[in-house]
Amino acid sequence: MTTEMAVPPNLIGVSGVAGAPEAADEPSVRPATQVRARGDAQTLPDDSIKIRVEDLRAYFGASEVLRGITLPIPGKQVTAIIGPSGCGKSTFIRCLNRMHEVTPGTRVEGKVLLDGLDVYRDDIDPVRLRRRVGMVFQKPNPFPTMTIRENVLAGMRLNGLKVSAPDELVEQALRRVALWEEVKDGLNRSGTSLSGGQQQRLCIARAIAMEPEVLLMDEPCSALDPIATARVEELIHELRDAYTIVIVTHNMQQAGRVADRTAFFYMGHLVEYDLTDVIFTKPKERRTEDYITGRFG
Amino acid sequence: MSDSDGLYRRRHATDTFFRAACMVAVALALIPLVSVLYYTAARGIGGIDLDFFTELPKPVGETGGGMGNAIDGTLRLIGMSCAIGIPVGVLAGVFLAEFPGTRFATLVRFSADVMSGIPSITVGIFAYSVVVLKMGRFSAIAGSVALAVIMLPTVTRTTEELLKLVPAMLREAALGLGVSKWRATVHVVLRTAAPGIATGVMLAVARVGGETAPLLFTAFNNRFWADGMDQPVASLPVQIYTYAVSPFEDWHRQAWAAALVLVTLVLLLNVTAKLLVRHRVSGR
Repeated sequence: MTTEMAVPPNLIGVSGVAGAPEAADEPSVRPATQVRARGDAQTLPDDSIKIRVEDLRAYFGASEVLRGITLPIPGKQVTAIIGPSGCGKSTFIRCLNRMHEVTPGTRVEGKVLLDGLDVYRDDIDPVRLRRRVGMVFQKPNPFPTMTIRENVLAGMRLNGLKVSAPDELVEQALRRVALWEEVKDGLNRSGTSLSGGQQQRLCIARAIAMEPEVLLMDEPCSALDPIATARVEELIHELRDAYTIVIVTHNMQQAGRVADRTAFFYMGHLVEYDLTDVIFTKPKERRTEDYITGRFG
Repeated sequence: MSDSDGLYRRRHATDTFFRAACMVAVALALIPLVSVLYYTAARGIGGIDLDFFTELPKPVGETGGGMGNAIDGTLRLIGMSCAIGIPVGVLAGVFLAEFPGTRFATLVRFSADVMSGIPSITVGIFAYSVVVLKMGRFSAIAGSVALAVIMLPTVTRTTEELLKLVPAMLREAALGLGVSKWRATVHVVLRTAAPGIATGVMLAVARVGGETAPLLFTAFNNRFWADGMDQPVASLPVQIYTYAVSPFEDWHRQAWAAALVLVTLVLLLNVTAKLLVRHRVSGR
């Protein structure tokens, strides 16, 4: 099912990606034209894989939404999941942090290995897992009862964790999502008083304040206007140095702009997975090409 | 052209008619409310003075005195019934909202709906047989238990309905941050629904504050200040009843005053609930 994995030459030898992301002191300005290494089809080296998904099957009741997905996700890169509605892409990333099982009547089979450890093992606590694998949702969902500041600290506070330097954490997280300048004078305003794009960046700040290793984004821009979308995409560029990002998107141009690798899902199957450039320029599968050229979906 | 003119005129007439009908209905609905308020205020205001709030009732034949003990008793009864009814009701509501499909939840929901239709005097009999007979005497506790049982279904169902209104994405946001289910429920879902739940609770309290029947044979009555929660206490509704059926002019006057105090208390609770919600909704 899975196609051969291609890897950029510069990825080989990159050390393992376990452990917390580096401190947030380097949102360096990235050249607008991203130089993305295109490589020969090679297998991803083991030590660059952050999440290895093996024969993942997900069910809603009796219906099988994911039909055996095998997909290695490299660390500190952006991996996009594209595909038509109902192809299982949202379900897929919700399986990565065990959010799928939160919905009653759902079931998951197969393996999701995070740094080699199966997150579906009986002794793995999904609550703890989700602190390592953060999530940003389709619609911005800041907590309406909390201020901007409280929203950023929500992950820590709701978990009953002590924050040693809350002011620093708030500023750092908000700076990372380029929201600090816009809200620094109104940190005690309600989180829902912000615009949609700002709310979504607040939600990203809230997720990264927990210092996750992986950031899952479920169509994070689908509720945003084009300008807000551009801001969030810029942000994804900046975050990819520190986090492993998996983004689900409806928007193929978006996948083209932000992702290092792209996986095309169709009817619960992984049709093709490769470097984004390869997927968009010389896809191996007919269905991929049809989808990308807009012939269906 | 003339055709559409006629059509327009007919629609306009229908519109005017139904508008007028709505206005009349509203006016009719307001008549009892306004007249009750007016009557109570007009008759009761004369009986209100400082003594009314601070003094005990005078023995038969003497004029003056007050209902300090009944006001105190009503506050005690409301306080303790809240202490019993709110935690149980809110937790039951959380259960119903969190585990909606279970058979037990269906049973609880059904019971709550049935309970809300049970005559309050029946609840009084229940409290009488469960608390009064066991303790061997009338008591504020027995009265509070009766009132708590009466408020329970309202609190439970309001909590459930309001929790269901909280968008699922807020719970998911919390779970996605690695927050455990109960913490997400308490600190995010319950907190988001809190203003609405507070309104429901206030309305339940207001309703319970005016209950008379279940108190007659639970809290009973007391001519003196309450000795403790395990003793009989006076309460405004029971006092109003006792005074209103008496043959004494001065007691009638005081019954009206007590009615005014009770209505004001209930109104204050309602208004507080509304303000609380508006304040929370309009934001910081």
